[in-house]
Amino acid sequence: MHFVVCIKQVPDSAQIRVHPVTNTIMRQGVPTIINPYDLFSLEEALRLRDKVGGEVTVLTMGPPMASDSLRKALTIGADRAVLLTDRFFAGSDTLATTYALAQAIRKIGETFGPPDIVFAGKQTIDGDTAQVGPGIAKRLDMLQLTYVSAIVELDNEARSVKLERRSEGGTQLLQSKLPCMITMLEGSNVVRRGRIDDALRAARAEIVTWSAKDAGIEDLQLCGLRGSPTVVKKVFAPPARAEKAALVEIAATPADTAEAFIEAIFAKSPALEADVAKLASGF
Amino acid sequence: MSEQKPAPQAASSRASMKKELPEKYRNHKHVWVFIEMERGVVHPVSFELLGEGRKLADQLGVELAGVVMGAPGEDVKQAARETFAYGADVVYLVENPVLADYRNEPYSKALTQLVNAHQPEILLLGATTLGRDLAGSVATTLLTGLTADCTELRVDDDKSLAATRPTFGGSLLCTIYTLNYRPQMATVRPRVMPMPARQEGREGRIVPFVTDLTESDIITKILSFMPDRDSNKSNLAFADVVVAGGMGLQSPENFQLVKNLAAVLGAEFGASRPLIQKGWVTADRQIGQTGKTIRPKLYIAAGISGAIQHRVGVEGADMIVAINTDKNAQIFDFAHLGIVTDAIRFLPALTEAFRKRLSPHSNDRLAG
Repeated sequence: MHFVVCIKQVPDSAQIRVHPVTNTIMRQGVPTIINPYDLFSLEEALRLRDKVGGEVTVLTMGPPMASDSLRKALTIGADRAVLLTDRFFAGSDTLATTYALAQAIRKIGETFGPPDIVFAGKQTIDGDTAQVGPGIAKRLDMLQLTYVSAIVELDNEARSVKLERRSEGGTQLLQSKLPCMITMLEGSNVVRRGRIDDALRAARAEIVTWSAKDAGIEDLQLCGLRGSPTVVKKVFAPPARAEKAALVEIAATPADTAEAFIEAIFAKSPALEADVAKLASGF
Repeated sequence: MSEQKPAPQAASSRASMKKELPEKYRNHKHVWVFIEMERGVVHPVSFELLGEGRKLADQLGVELAGVVMGAPGEDVKQAARETFAYGADVVYLVENPVLADYRNEPYSKALTQLVNAHQPEILLLGATTLGRDLAGSVATTLLTGLTADCTELRVDDDKSLAATRPTFGGSLLCTIYTLNYRPQMATVRPRVMPMPARQEGREGRIVPFVTDLTESDIITKILSFMPDRDSNKSNLAFADVVVAGGMGLQSPENFQLVKNLAAVLGAEFGASRPLIQKGWVTADRQIGQTGKTIRPKLYIAAGISGAIQHRVGVEGADMIVAINTDKNAQIFDFAHLGIVTDAIRFLPALTEAFRKRLSPHSNDRLAG
């Protein structure tokens, strides 16, 4: 079977800093990683491949340096990596992104065999939209199965899949069909460490690199900024509150400091003490 | 939308490209809220959205409509009544047995058909698992813009929807427009917007909508549903007092200090995103843009730097109290009260001091 996993190279958000004066992002030196949510989908694809046989193709759209993340995915165990890169994709919003990725997945299907399951991350840690997976599913007319916590059964013969899906207030057990698009829930599996032979293979592997034209994308009007219905007009840091936090002084002992701190909390909001006392007493 | 890099130059040149709205979108009118139902009960986020939608509709001088979908029966009728009580003028009522429980196929098809038939200019959904699953596929089918997890919605002078959300992993905010496409779609997470007042007996117009979907058209089947056990649910979103920890705690073991303080206060505990990513704390305890939005009376943040993605999840708190070693940490920009010290060393003292102060047996302080 053929599993295609869409991944994204993202800045390690824990390390992004905002310039205190200009309020602009300081990107220099911020390390990039595979979007953490994508790893659960990659792992699930690798597990299915190991169980039923087949291949895992990882796909990303991004600048040439996004090949770093593809190589990392090969190290973890993917069989093939495809990089979709072109200046025409610059400034894509999620709708334009799903157009380009869906076209690339079609091309992957023509070139390496049609995918049975397309995986995507639940969301990214930089955009946080959770829209790209559903968008790809819709554009490829695939069944959409998001927030999956477990793939219970995969039957290629019957072209069916049974899985557990997180929904509001509980878990659905669903029966669906292939081909489908799945996003895995975080924590649904434990991402493997790559084996040494995969690492050696990855170091030598050729990354399939496609421009828009290579991927069979003819209508460039649907790509990048031009293909994006949304427009970012303003980027700004939120205003600080008029007053900064009142700071409590450090006292002679931690116990004294703690008492002074609590005193300050309740002095600011006298009604709070009764509420907290009630809650603390368990009523 | 929108993962796009806000390249300022490119974005402004595009923004200035705004032409007249294309002819085919000129009839799009009114503000809609998708009313999400969870096994017969309306999700509170839908009422919060009706509150926001009401403001937008009034500014635009149009009607506010709720979209209620489900199996035919009393539940959807009750949901329609609630939708009017929270401010809607109109309810589009889509009753069909295939809509009994949420599945992407029938819901996305029915909502797309309804939008095409009645053409709203704005469509709002809750950023729940259901809302995100549905919004992404509907926006792609309609080929329109969708802005996720908005923290502020506003109507601009030219009547377009200005949707503000955190960007860059929550370090900045951005305002996003869908200028030349309709409807303008946006999602908002639960508890981000205040709950509007319920107006008992408020009435409106019900517009039934028939979708021709039948069960044989739908491929995905629900075999069973396992509700969460109550013991697994955290009450974080609705707690009066919340204590949370961040990277300043330095190790998973030290997170126990947060739990200890929470236990003494009868509070819920939570954590900032990096702790969830590191697997120190389960995802249902995450506070912030991509986790829970909280509105407690008292919020104590220990060792949390206060990135925007965290800030937008806690700003509704009546009092925010911060403990951080870095006096320049962003959290002190929006906390009401703070202390510059190491949370690892300070939390045990604070826990003990709260225990003494709140203990019913230590009346000497109260008496004095």
